[in-house]
Amino acid sequence: MSKTHVTTTINGEPAEFLAEAGLTLLDALRDEVGLTGTKEGCGSGDCGACSVIVDGRLVCSCLMLAVEAEGSTIETIEGVATGDTLHPLQRKFIEYAALQCGFCTPGFLVAAKSLLEKNNNPTETEVRFWLAGNLCRCTGYDKIVRAVMDAAAEMRGA
Amino acid sequence: MTYIGNKSDLRVVGTRPDRPDGVDKVTGRAIYGADFRLAGQLVGRILRSPHAHAKIIKIDTSKARALPGVKAVMTAQDMPNITSEESFVGEGPTNFRDQSLNVMARDKVLYEGHAVAAVAAMSPSIAEAALALIEVTYEVLPHVIDVEEAMAPGAPILDETLFTAGVDPKPTTPSNIAKKIILKSGDIDAGFAKADIIAEGRYVTAAVHQAYIEPHACVATIGADGQATVYASSQGHFMIRAFCAKLLGMEISNIRVIPLEIGGGFGGKTIVYLEPVALTLSKMAGKPVKLVMTREEVFRASGPTSGAVVEVKMGAMKDGTIVAAQAVLKYQAGAFPGSPVQPGLMCAFAMYDIPNVHLTGYDVISNRAKVAAYRAPGAPISSYAAEQVVDDLARQLGMDAITIREKNAAKAGTKTVYGVTFPEIGYEAVLAAAKSHAHWKAPLGKNQGRGIATGFWFNIGGESSASVFVNEDGSVSVVSGSPDIGGSRASMAMMAAEVLGIPVANVRPIIGDTASIGFTNVTGGSRVTYATGMATVQATEKVIEQLKQRAAMIWDISPDAVDWKDGQAVPAGANAGGFDPLSLAAIAAKAGKTGGPIGSEVSVNAQGAGPGFGAHICDVEVDRETGQTTILRYTAIQDVGRAIHPSYVEGQIQGGAVQGIGWALNEEYIYDAKGKMDNAGFLDYRVPVASDLPMIEAVLVEVPNTRHPFGVRGVGEVPIVPPMAAIGNAVRDAIGIRMHSLPMSPPKVRKALDSGQG
Repeated sequence: MSKTHVTTTINGEPAEFLAEAGLTLLDALRDEVGLTGTKEGCGSGDCGACSVIVDGRLVCSCLMLAVEAEGSTIETIEGVATGDTLHPLQRKFIEYAALQCGFCTPGFLVAAKSLLEKNNNPTETEVRFWLAGNLCRCTGYDKIVRAVMDAAAEMRGA
Repeated sequence: MTYIGNKSDLRVVGTRPDRPDGVDKVTGRAIYGADFRLAGQLVGRILRSPHAHAKIIKIDTSKARALPGVKAVMTAQDMPNITSEESFVGEGPTNFRDQSLNVMARDKVLYEGHAVAAVAAMSPSIAEAALALIEVTYEVLPHVIDVEEAMAPGAPILDETLFTAGVDPKPTTPSNIAKKIILKSGDIDAGFAKADIIAEGRYVTAAVHQAYIEPHACVATIGADGQATVYASSQGHFMIRAFCAKLLGMEISNIRVIPLEIGGGFGGKTIVYLEPVALTLSKMAGKPVKLVMTREEVFRASGPTSGAVVEVKMGAMKDGTIVAAQAVLKYQAGAFPGSPVQPGLMCAFAMYDIPNVHLTGYDVISNRAKVAAYRAPGAPISSYAAEQVVDDLARQLGMDAITIREKNAAKAGTKTVYGVTFPEIGYEAVLAAAKSHAHWKAPLGKNQGRGIATGFWFNIGGESSASVFVNEDGSVSVVSGSPDIGGSRASMAMMAAEVLGIPVANVRPIIGDTASIGFTNVTGGSRVTYATGMATVQATEKVIEQLKQRAAMIWDISPDAVDWKDGQAVPAGANAGGFDPLSLAAIAAKAGKTGGPIGSEVSVNAQGAGPGFGAHICDVEVDRETGQTTILRYTAIQDVGRAIHPSYVEGQIQGGAVQGIGWALNEEYIYDAKGKMDNAGFLDYRVPVASDLPMIEAVLVEVPNTRHPFGVRGVGEVPIVPPMAAIGNAVRDAIGIRMHSLPMSPPKVRKALDSGQG
């Protein structure tokens, strides 16, 4: 099967890969680019474990074809920290014990970061509805919601 | 040695440090099952049955084998045909032959999704194409899904060699009822004769899946010398090793299993599905093989827990004393025997001291995926029914729902129906905390209701190994055999740091593979902080003995004259000599001259895990127009013995409660007329999402378990036991109708409101 050459920017760096027509962006990131921090939980856009930001929009990378990413700027969990400095959301997730197994965590962090870029002062309800596309089976969401709220407060300087 | 003493003396235990694996897990560095790869690995795929019940007449793999890029094609013929043998490798009893047949069907497929063949190929697209080229000829048989239909005379029989065990005389015709179990105490008829009031009900629960977010995954490689390595995420790499050895006729020493990070399990990863297949394919192809399930495969082919029918009848005297309790439990086992009906029986009334109890359980096979352990296996189902009947007793008596439980509460010395006498337990302390919590007396609005329910789980101990090493610079490594599913690295490091008297940051905990640490049973049964924690503490104590000996050598005094205090060796008293304290680092620096490296490994078979009890208070609001139930407020109170890291203990309670909320309101396996699962995806199998829920308040009650050095009781399983009854009782309070089946979904509640019957 012939492959398409795709040129993107991933986490601020130029990245190229070859994609079969049916390859998802998720599989391209994981198998072609080697960024396995983005997870597959369902492959049908229902769990949010594969959340990435493409050209500023939060997407399920399992629902996007890799060839559609041509020319796009993509941000994954591997790009959330700056060097060895964690993003406030990452710090707060650890501080609040907002992860148990940690498998859904990359998706939650990317989705929460996308929320805070749009709304730096979300209510609890806004956090819960924004994150309703991300499934966590371990925590019951309580500590996740608290961590996101506190990260938002810290980032506002509150 | 015990460290229970005065809680305020503890410096590390009870605090909330950052978990040692936190940064890896928030940055994407942590390697889970599907993230791992070996050079030259092949892509594996499994062909699964489209039928619920069928004979396999023929499997023709010739076209698939001929496809370029296909390196191996296997069926059950490529695995040993092993004999029936009971095993206790995972979390519950199982049979190796059944496990083998569940991994790959031999003569019959017993459920939709049952594996029939597998391929290994150079790419995913070639592997998919190869699956389509395998020709399986089936003779479709009548199927049965429902548990009571499977028990009825004339039901399609799954296994002609299965005769109901536990029945006298031994039956002469095969049955789908694998086993009948009776547990009893006192005289049930005399008990009911004494009762002033009776409450009873028939309750039905749906099969629900653990729904861990990470699908099963592994990479296996086996060389021409028969040496195999398996990289997998699971709740127990020693479990994988044992099952692979047995199912493939290999020696245990020839299999090394390396644990990868695990993305949730809740009991569902205490058995094997993929690993024996990947090993067989790897052997045939001469290359590593990776297998990853899709979400659909997880739903159709890995174990949910039982759906069930539970009938409960209880009698009480006017003063609230419960004098008789009877239950009949019919549990789906899936395609092979082994439902958790036994623990269901044992837990049903374990919160109470009842003189006359009679319990009957049936373990029933049907054309569903074989059930697997799910958090407190069996207990949530029987408690769901029993705790609503207790609520009905309280209502009939006009008694507070906590008061009736206090009146009948199990306590130290209470003998259970299964013969065990409880040691120090915290049920009464949990009830007292519930009664004094502001939630219990808070006002409610229109269409709102409040319910409480309680729950019990044994918690287990068992085999665990841990080693503790003092590194050359005085830092400490703790190696254990328990996969970390929710923070156990943190608790191991904290216990070791506390015993050593050093900061937790100086202790690095890791998980050893099957060749690097002694046998350790699965991360299940709420056993890790208890049993592996015990091994860790004992290994640390042995290291302290060595440290004292080394200090004694350095000072040239008797080891008896050395104390270990605040992370340093100090002279035991004025007579011992006037030496300056020796730190861990100072002793480690001289280890080469005082006898070599300092370290110790301890393996235990931990006994005396502390029974756990919880009480959940729940407020709901029911929308009378849509039938939708919303959880308004939720408080979960639990005796945890002692919380090592309170945040992760709270997290277990919150997560368990929310899984129970899903079980109560949304989740169910739905089958079509042909016995195929209709909702094998997260869109239609709806687990709770963030917007469904309020905050979950976890209240930790600490009644230390004296048999653990820090007083730990298991905590992970108890919190899924009370939610369904707590919500059922709250819905009853809100609408005045008792709902009798799960999930209490909007259409069902709507129907109940229309008909006046739930």
